[in-house]
Amino acid sequence: MRWTLWVPLLLFAFFVGLAGYQLSQPKDEFIHSTMIGKPLPVFELKPASSSLPGVSTADFRDGKPKLLNIWASWCLPCIAEAPQLEALREAGVEIVGVAIRDKREDVDRFLEAHGNPYSRIGADHISAIQLEIGSSGVPETFVIDGQGIIRHQHIGDLRAENVPELLENLREAGQ
Amino acid sequence: MRALALFLAAMLAMPLAAQDTLPPAPYAYQQLEDPAQEAKAMELMHTLRCLKCQSQSIADSDAPMAGDMRHQVRTRIAAGEDPEAVRQWLVDRYGDYVSYEPRMTASTWPLFAIPLLLLLVAGAILWKRIGRRSEGGAGELFEEADV
Repeated sequence: MRWTLWVPLLLFAFFVGLAGYQLSQPKDEFIHSTMIGKPLPVFELKPASSSLPGVSTADFRDGKPKLLNIWASWCLPCIAEAPQLEALREAGVEIVGVAIRDKREDVDRFLEAHGNPYSRIGADHISAIQLEIGSSGVPETFVIDGQGIIRHQHIGDLRAENVPELLENLREAGQ
Repeated sequence: MRALALFLAAMLAMPLAAQDTLPPAPYAYQQLEDPAQEAKAMELMHTLRCLKCQSQSIADSDAPMAGDMRHQVRTRIAAGEDPEAVRQWLVDRYGDYVSYEPRMTASTWPLFAIPLLLLLVAGAILWKRIGRRSEGGAGELFEEADV
């Protein structure tokens, strides 16, 4: 029996093994931003709410790390993460919001109902800043260091266990 | 007349997929004034992947974010940017994921190399067999009965 006869079977076994391995790996459906380590784009957003100022790139260059929360009043997971943002604010974190495709009265109503952890909220009516920083949905939370460099991205709503993680990320960004 | 009214109403229908109440971005559903530029933008939009609806191109999708991406593509092309530069702008932000155009990279080169390799192997095997048969004389490629 020639050994080459076994080659197709070995190849087949290799592909079965490869498929089996890939199936056993957890699937990552998130689209991660490739802007980590890069500076925020230059932008200036008008205020999205009646009470807070708008947002510009300069606000991130004061030497203090901050969170940039991409959210919207029409986004249900954003309601779920409101208590976590509140906990971060109580821990002394400055949270800058960007409201995607949102109306002022809706933003005001949301802040009234679910609390206001933000220092400022900018209005992004055409997702321009969202696309600039590689964010693909709401809510997403970015850690921005004191020089305006994007340091970390959290995709999806913040859960209780993410609060200490983000505090750690902010501490690292401050070093 | 009634049919015409219904038809017009259907033409004005807003996409149902929209979750927010804002109107779409200016160039989400509006073509560029210059047909040549619009053709370039359209060709590019068919090869960019919608981030919200991952098996559609942004040209095919009614998701608000796809509309915002079309607005970016059209305004950038109207400003004179090359379509490949616009693609690169998105790839810089979302990685290869956002583009349907296959690229040769450190992880994709086997997809291009393996078919070539298999063709070479198949060619070599055929060459060997045909060569052997024509040498043999009696073992011609085609038997007389076949012809």
